[in-house]
Amino acid sequence: MSNSILELEMLRKNFGGVVAVSDLSLQIEQGAITSLIGPNGAGKTTIFNLVTGFLAPSSGHIKFAGRIVNKMKPHTIASIGIGRTFQNVQIFPKMSVIENIMVGRHLRSNAGIFYSCVLPPFLRKEEKRIQEAAEEQLHFLNLAQHAHAPAGSLPLGNQRMLEIARALAIEPKLLLLDEPASGLNARETIAMGELIEKIKQMNVTVLLVEHDMELVMDISDYVAVINFGKLIAEGTPVEIQENEDVIAAYLGE
Amino acid sequence: MGGKNSVGFLILIIGIILIPFMVTNDYYLGVLIFTAFNCLACIGLCLLMGYAGQISIGHGAFIAIGAYTSGILTAKFAWSPWLAMFCGILIVIVIAFCLGIPALRLKGHYLAMATLGFASIVHIVAVAAVDLTGGPSGLVNIPRLDFFGYVLSSDKQYFYFSWSVVALGVYIAFNLINSRVGRGLQAIHGSEDAASSLGINITSYKVQVFILSAVFASVSGSLYAYYMNYIDPGPFDVSHSILLVTMVAVGGLHNIWGALIGAVFLSLLPEFLSFLSDYLQVLGIAYQPDYDTLVYGFILLIIMLFLPEGLFKGFGNITQFVRSIFKKFSKRASDRVK
Amino acid sequence: MSYSDGTFVDVLQFLIMGIQRGSIYAMVAMGFNMIYNSTGIINFAQGEFVVLGGLMMVSLTMAFNLSIVFAFILTVLFVIVAGILMERLTINPVKEPTVLRLIIITIAVSIIIKGAAMCFWGKGSHYMRHFSSTEPLDFYGATILPQTLWIFAILLFLVVVYVIFFNYTMTGKCMRACAINRDAARLAGINDRKMVMLSFALSAGIGAIAGIIITPIIQMDYARGAMLGLKGFGAAVLGGLGNSMGAVVAGVLLGILEAFGAGYISSHYMDAIALVILLFVLFIRPSGIFGSSEAMRLKEF
Ligand SMILES: Nc1ncnc2c1ncn2[C@@H]1O[C@H](COP(=O)(O)OP(=O)(O)OP(=O)(O)O)[C@@H](O)[C@H]1O
Ligand SMILES: [Mg+2]
Repeated sequence: MSNSILELEMLRKNFGGVVAVSDLSLQIEQGAITSLIGPNGAGKTTIFNLVTGFLAPSSGHIKFAGRIVNKMKPHTIASIGIGRTFQNVQIFPKMSVIENIMVGRHLRSNAGIFYSCVLPPFLRKEEKRIQEAAEEQLHFLNLAQHAHAPAGSLPLGNQRMLEIARALAIEPKLLLLDEPASGLNARETIAMGELIEKIKQMNVTVLLVEHDMELVMDISDYVAVINFGKLIAEGTPVEIQENEDVIAAYLGE
Repeated sequence: MGGKNSVGFLILIIGIILIPFMVTNDYYLGVLIFTAFNCLACIGLCLLMGYAGQISIGHGAFIAIGAYTSGILTAKFAWSPWLAMFCGILIVIVIAFCLGIPALRLKGHYLAMATLGFASIVHIVAVAAVDLTGGPSGLVNIPRLDFFGYVLSSDKQYFYFSWSVVALGVYIAFNLINSRVGRGLQAIHGSEDAASSLGINITSYKVQVFILSAVFASVSGSLYAYYMNYIDPGPFDVSHSILLVTMVAVGGLHNIWGALIGAVFLSLLPEFLSFLSDYLQVLGIAYQPDYDTLVYGFILLIIMLFLPEGLFKGFGNITQFVRSIFKKFSKRASDRVK
Repeated sequence: MSYSDGTFVDVLQFLIMGIQRGSIYAMVAMGFNMIYNSTGIINFAQGEFVVLGGLMMVSLTMAFNLSIVFAFILTVLFVIVAGILMERLTINPVKEPTVLRLIIITIAVSIIIKGAAMCFWGKGSHYMRHFSSTEPLDFYGATILPQTLWIFAILLFLVVVYVIFFNYTMTGKCMRACAINRDAARLAGINDRKMVMLSFALSAGIGAIAGIIITPIIQMDYARGAMLGLKGFGAAVLGGLGNSMGAVVAGVLLGILEAFGAGYISSHYMDAIALVILLFVLFIRPSGIFGSSEAMRLKEF
């Protein structure tokens, strides 16, 4: 691949005796949708957690836009342009939908605690900008009618949408989506696929973990298959569908 | 401040202005002044517990530090009360920072115990460091506050002053809640992982709000010292820290108004109970002020078991419930008319 | 160094005093651990069980003139009932437990017990007769009260019973299974709700015993619960939360450090010493001196 935004080099993660990710090397092409697939417990979520700084690698490197990001904290990783969602939806249930997205504008605004307490005029302007950006994001995802509902009251499909909207609000260069379609019905899944393609058109690189093969094969530019923390195949969706190792891994020899 | 909250704020201001005209008894005015001190500490604690989701059973310690800094610097070194109060704030900021960085890495029970331990230590020092604090016999000759030589000598003046500070505290709290930082704090409460994935530095925010809430407590302590003109370690023991948590929890953790209602309710409860005891005596029950603790405990327990969102939300739920019954009733009535 | 040497006697005396205090902390810590293991809750009313035990024993022996043995048994049963009531009435009914809510509930219970104790027994401290003679014994130049020997013996006895109960009885094994993995234990047919109740009963009982044996020495009053609870928690954390044998060692260690601190630094700050140690352990090594930090990270707080 010519132009990669994220590179994993001999990445490894041990949990006690369990090797969740085993000397994995992988490159993610800029501007494309790459899917990471593999059976349950293959190590996909662990890879996301390593890339976003929630876990520290046992060995190996993670390079984002040419920079080694191994030792960075999650919030620093977010600030250099990696957004993510979580396998079990992590919205802020008590805050309203629009507030959820406004939290996503955190990195694009800078009032500290002191100014926030005394609220000088220039801050009102910043607050307005945050609000407008959030509203725009809501319209993009057709969630505007729910803007003031508590996020926890939305159906799961909308919660997943909201989580993505919130991650997009940080204006990431790379977006990691962990099973965005799990628990969604057929119609919602199609909408999710369309949304991910729209995100790609916004020039955001997408790394997708998903069990819904139809969706994966439909929208991905590249697919990487892992099993027991190891890369067993990578290529275009067509290549992967014909790969015997992959078929074996999925059918479980 | 949004619509509902500005109405609440207006009611608060009007209440503050009117109350001294209605309460002319000096004793009750004094009780209301103490209530203001509790309110102030509870606003800070509510920001920490309700909005950022971090428990502290040690805020009585910050009240004590504020009170003793003010007391010692004015009574022993003749500093201006304002400067002493400011100095108390600075000291509390430093202490809260040093305590907060390691303590806020802890969660739940550990944080609760760490802050409780800290509160006990501060109380022990207040008793034992006799040279500095006067020990159990206390510290006298603390002056009243003054504005450029105009001393707040009457209780009425002090009432207006301390409740203005409470109003300012409420204003600040609402500004914070509806700001970038406030949303960040609520996000941390909702999900730490999600918050940090959006670029929020969790540790730094927790420490900042811990410091802010400690500053509220410190100011409350300073105002207490200037009002009493005398302090001893008695009111700053661990049970006061627990009482503050109780106030916030009884009123409602997730709402500044809840914290205020809880603080007012529990501050006035002893008066209410002693008022009630006259009537109980008629019924042959000899109620004594000693029973207050028991009543506090039961109120806290009942609220935690049946209204975990606190009185404030509880009232809301009850009115909603009544309204829904009323609606059903009127609907049935109108159906019958048809 | 002969044993007539003053410093040696001092050291020995502090050591005896420290182990005596530490035994109580150890027992409070064991109580914390039992409830923690079965529920994940830290019971803020743990110190109150100790107070309740002490004061009840005072009434039974001093006012009702019962024999020590009989009063001992009655008191322990009484506090166990209190523990069971606490679990049934305040912990069991909570449908959506959050850490904050459970903390506040146990705090509420502690306020209630403290308030009730104040109403019944008043604010003063209470004297109680020793189990046997009050004549101090000589031990290499240091003195030791027979009551102190009773304390050591009872702690030892409890440790033995504890080990037998949790390793060789079915109920004990079931409780341990619940502590390790509640869901798996439930699947194996263990009634985990009953285990929770049992843990409150045992924890209250052990608290009561601690209160009973220390009261002749410290003279119990209604307000001691918070400090006893805090120090006991310090011992529990120092020994690694959930690890009761660790807690015993840590409790005794804490008592010894406190006694030496009081002797060589300042007796005014004695109570602060254990608390400062508690804070240091929490900040530097929350997994305790025996716990591994790896295991710690897997636990949910
Ligand atoms: N924090 C952890 N501690 C210990 N083991 C872990 C931890 N997180 C993951 N594992 C283990 O690492 C392995 C990989 O888990 P991971 O969650 O990455 O799988 P996954 O590919 O995302 O699976 P799924 O499709 O079910 O989400 C599993 O065996 C899991 O049990
Ligand atoms: Mg996963």
